[in-house]
Amino acid sequence: MPGDEESMKATEAKPSENLNIVIVGHVDHGKSTLLGRLYADTGSLPDGKLEKVQAICKQQGKEFEYAFLFDAFLEEQEQGITIDTARTFFMWKGRQYIIIDAPGHKEFLKNMISGAARAEAALLLIDALEGVKEQSKKHGYLLSLLGVRQFAVVVNKMDLVGYRQDVFDGIEKEYREFLGQFKAVPSQFIPVSAKLGDNIANRSGQMSWYSGPTVLDTLSAFRKETARAEQPLRLPVQDVYKFDARRIITGRIAAGRLKVGDHLVFSPSNKRANIRTVEAFNIEPQPTEGQAGQSIGVTLDEQIFVERGEIASHQESLPSVSTAFRANLFWLGKRPLEKGRKYLLRVATKEVDCEVASIHRIIDTMDLAQQQGSNSVGKNQVAELTLRTKAPVAFDLSASFEATGRFVLVDEYDIAGGGIITELVHDDQEFLREEARRRDFAWVKGEVTVEDRAQQYGHRAAIVLITGGRHTGKSFLARKLEGRLVADGRHAYLLDGENLRRGLDADLSEEERGQTTEMARRYGEVARLLMDTGLIVVSTTNPFGLAFREASQAIRTLVHPVPVIAVHMSKTAEEPPPNTDVVLAGPTDFDAATARILDELKRRGVLAQAIGAKPVFQYSI
Amino acid sequence: MKHLRQLEDQSVYIFREAYKHFNNLAMLWSMGKDSTVLLWLARKAFFGHVPFPLLHVDTSYKIPSMIEYRDRLAREWGLDLVVGQNKEALAAGMNHTMGRVVCCTALKTNGLKQLLEHKGYTGVILGVRADEEGTRAKERYFSPRDKHGDWDFRDQPPELWDQYKTTFPPGTHIRIHPLLDWTEINIWEYIKLESIPFIDLYLDKGDGTRYRSLGCAPCTTPIKSTAKTVDDIIEELRHTTVAERSGRAQDEGRGMELLRKDGYM
Repeated sequence: MPGDEESMKATEAKPSENLNIVIVGHVDHGKSTLLGRLYADTGSLPDGKLEKVQAICKQQGKEFEYAFLFDAFLEEQEQGITIDTARTFFMWKGRQYIIIDAPGHKEFLKNMISGAARAEAALLLIDALEGVKEQSKKHGYLLSLLGVRQFAVVVNKMDLVGYRQDVFDGIEKEYREFLGQFKAVPSQFIPVSAKLGDNIANRSGQMSWYSGPTVLDTLSAFRKETARAEQPLRLPVQDVYKFDARRIITGRIAAGRLKVGDHLVFSPSNKRANIRTVEAFNIEPQPTEGQAGQSIGVTLDEQIFVERGEIASHQESLPSVSTAFRANLFWLGKRPLEKGRKYLLRVATKEVDCEVASIHRIIDTMDLAQQQGSNSVGKNQVAELTLRTKAPVAFDLSASFEATGRFVLVDEYDIAGGGIITELVHDDQEFLREEARRRDFAWVKGEVTVEDRAQQYGHRAAIVLITGGRHTGKSFLARKLEGRLVADGRHAYLLDGENLRRGLDADLSEEERGQTTEMARRYGEVARLLMDTGLIVVSTTNPFGLAFREASQAIRTLVHPVPVIAVHMSKTAEEPPPNTDVVLAGPTDFDAATARILDELKRRGVLAQAIGAKPVFQYSI
Repeated sequence: MKHLRQLEDQSVYIFREAYKHFNNLAMLWSMGKDSTVLLWLARKAFFGHVPFPLLHVDTSYKIPSMIEYRDRLAREWGLDLVVGQNKEALAAGMNHTMGRVVCCTALKTNGLKQLLEHKGYTGVILGVRADEEGTRAKERYFSPRDKHGDWDFRDQPPELWDQYKTTFPPGTHIRIHPLLDWTEINIWEYIKLESIPFIDLYLDKGDGTRYRSLGCAPCTTPIKSTAKTVDDIIEELRHTTVAERSGRAQDEGRGMELLRKDGYM
C-alpha cells in the first residue's frame, strides 16, 4: 500500500481551488479510516507523517491503522475517538479538499455541528455491518438543518458483509426513506471498504454489481456554490469606520450584488442613501461593484446614521422586520434552553436580547417523532419554537436566504444553539412599523441635516417617556426635567398628551378617543416630528391611562431608531413595562430622579458628557 | 486568483468581527511569511490602517535581518509596534541548550503571557494555519484561553456559520485566527498577487538553501532549495512532500502539543 503512493505523488501537483468537506456519521463507522485512506491514496501525505504515526503505534504496541494519521493528539489515540473538528487537506484532480473531520461520538455533537456548519459538501458514513444508527440519522437531519445540500452516503466496511449487494440495498432503502421525511436527497450511495481501499480512489474488484462513481469521483462532482450572487441584495452591516476622511460602511455581502449609484435601504431603521464609492485597499483601479461572498466597504452620498446589525437591500426586495419569528433550533448548551429565560440572539450581524415565547415541539432526530408541551429543550435536542426579541430585527426566511435566515443563541458567554427561521410571526406593531417605513421612505428632507442640528445643539434628539399609574408625580417630574434641560442650555420640549387631546385629537369622537392605537399613533407621529427638529422631547403617557404599556410600545415603533429613555414611576414596587431604563418606585426625590435621567441621557450618548461640549456621535433621522 | 479573494474575504470578515467585539485588541507579528500576510490582511480590512498594536515577543535569538525588516516596515506603514521580552529568563541565561521545550516555554510562551498580562489585552490575533501541524488543525477562528493562557481543546465552544465566540468571562482572553483556512501555497500565491514585501531569508541566494519556516536562529535550519523567486517557491511547494515545519526543532516528539496546550501560539 505505501508502495503505490509513490507513483501518484509525482503526478499530482498541489492545486489552488479549495472545497470544504465534512465527513460525518455514527461513532466507529470509520470516518478517520476513510480520511487516512483518502490522504494516502491521493499521495497527499507529507514525508515522514506516515512513519511518525507508525513509530507511535509501535511504541504503544498497536497495529497501524489509517485512522491514526488524523488523530493528531496522543490523548485521542488513547481514547480511540476523534475529539474535535480537525482540518486536513488532500489534493485530487485540480482541487484541494479541506476535510473537516467531525467526530461521531454523541458527546461531541457540537463539534460535528461546528464542522458541518462551514462545509460546502458532506460525506455521511454508515457501517454496513451495523446499519443505520442513531447518529447516522441525527447527522443526516442536522446536515439538512445546517444547509449542507450537497452530500453523498458512503456505506463502509463492505468487506465485513462479504461485499453483498442486498446488505447495501437494504441500507440505501432504509436511509433514503428517513432522509425523504425532510426532503434531503443525497447525490450518491457508495459501497466501500475504507480499510482495504475498495471504491475510494480505485474501483473495487469485489463489487461488480456497483457501477456508480468512487468516493473521489463523487467529490470531484461537488460544485462550488455560486448561486447566491443571483439573489436579491442582502448586506448585513458589520461596522462603520472613520479612520480617515472616508466614512465607510463595511460588511460581507450575504446575497446579491451592488454597484456604485445603487439606492440602498437599511432595515429595520428605514434609512436610505445611494452608494457613492466602493472602497478597497491596494486594488487598482478602485472597484465599483461587489457581489455575494465579498467583504466590502462602501461610502454613501448622505451622512446617515446606520449601525451594525442593519441589513442593506434594494428597495424592491426588503427583508422582513419583526420582533418575533418561528424557527427550528438545535440546542448544544450545558444547561437546557428554557421558555421565558433571556438569551442573546445573533442574526447575521445583529445582536439583540430575546426570549423563547413558546416551544411548539421537540423533534426526536432518531425517528422524527414529536413531543409537545415541553417548557425546555435539552442538550443535543432539536425543537420548533417561537422567539421574541426586545427590539425589531431584520431577517429572512431560511428557505429564501441562507445567511440572513439563520441565527445563533448565546447563553451567558457561549454560543449554545443555532437554527433556521421558518416563519415570520406578525407582531402587534406591524401596522405601525409599516406606517413608519412608508413615512420614512417618502419623507422630504431639507438642506439642514439632523447631523448639523446635533452639532449645533450639542445633543441628539431623543424622547424621555415617563410612564406610571395615576398620581405618581409623572407630570411634575416631566416639568422639572424640561426646566432643568433648558436651564442647562439643551433644547427640550414638554409634550403633554392633554394638549394633543384638545387640539390634534379634537376631531375624534369619545369612542375613538378610547382606542389606544389611533391615539398612540397620532402621539408618536407628533413626537417624531418634534424630534426631527432636533429636540429632546419630554413626555408623559397620561392620555392613555392604564393602557400606557400598549401605548409606549406603539410610540417606540413610530420613533424608531431615535433613542427612547423610558422612566417608570410607581408608589409601590411593581413590574415596570418591558425595556424600562429608569425605575422610580416609592416616594420620589424629584431632584435625584432628574439627575438619574440626565445620567441615562449621557450614558445613551444623547447628551455629551459636559455641557457646551460637542457630542462625538453621528446621528440623523 | 478567485480562491485567494475568497480566503481574503473570510479573513477580512474575521478581522472586522474581532475589531468590533474587543476593546483591547492586539496582533502578534513574528515577521514570518504568515504573520506578514496577516498584517497585510489587517490593512485590507481597515482600508490601509492597522487600528491596534502589533506585538513581537523577542527571544533575542532571532535572525538579525528579521529585526531590521521589522523596524523598517513599522516605520513605513506607521505601525504601533510593542516589543516584549522575558528579561528575567534571559538574565538567568535561558537558551535552547537547556531543552527546546523549556526554552520555548520561557522565552516565547511566558514572554507572550507576560506581555498580555501587562497590557491587559483581551483579544490577540495570530497567524496560525490549520495545515501547519496537527494541533493547529484543531483550532477555532475564535479560540478562548483561560486565566493561565491554557487551551482546553477537548471542550471548545461551537462556531456556527459566521458566528464566533466574542463574549468571555473576566480574566480570560480570546485568540483569533484569521488565517486558519490558508495553506502554505496560498500564502505565497497571495504574497505574489498583492506584491507584499517579505524577508529574503525565504529565498535561495546562491548556496542552494533557503528557510521555509522562520524561528530562532539556533533552532531553525534552512532546507535544500534553489527557489530564487516567489514563483519558484510556489512551484516547489506544489511538488514537495516535506513537511513545512521540518526545520523547526520544537516540533520533534510531542513538542508542539505540550507547548500549545500551555499557551504557545
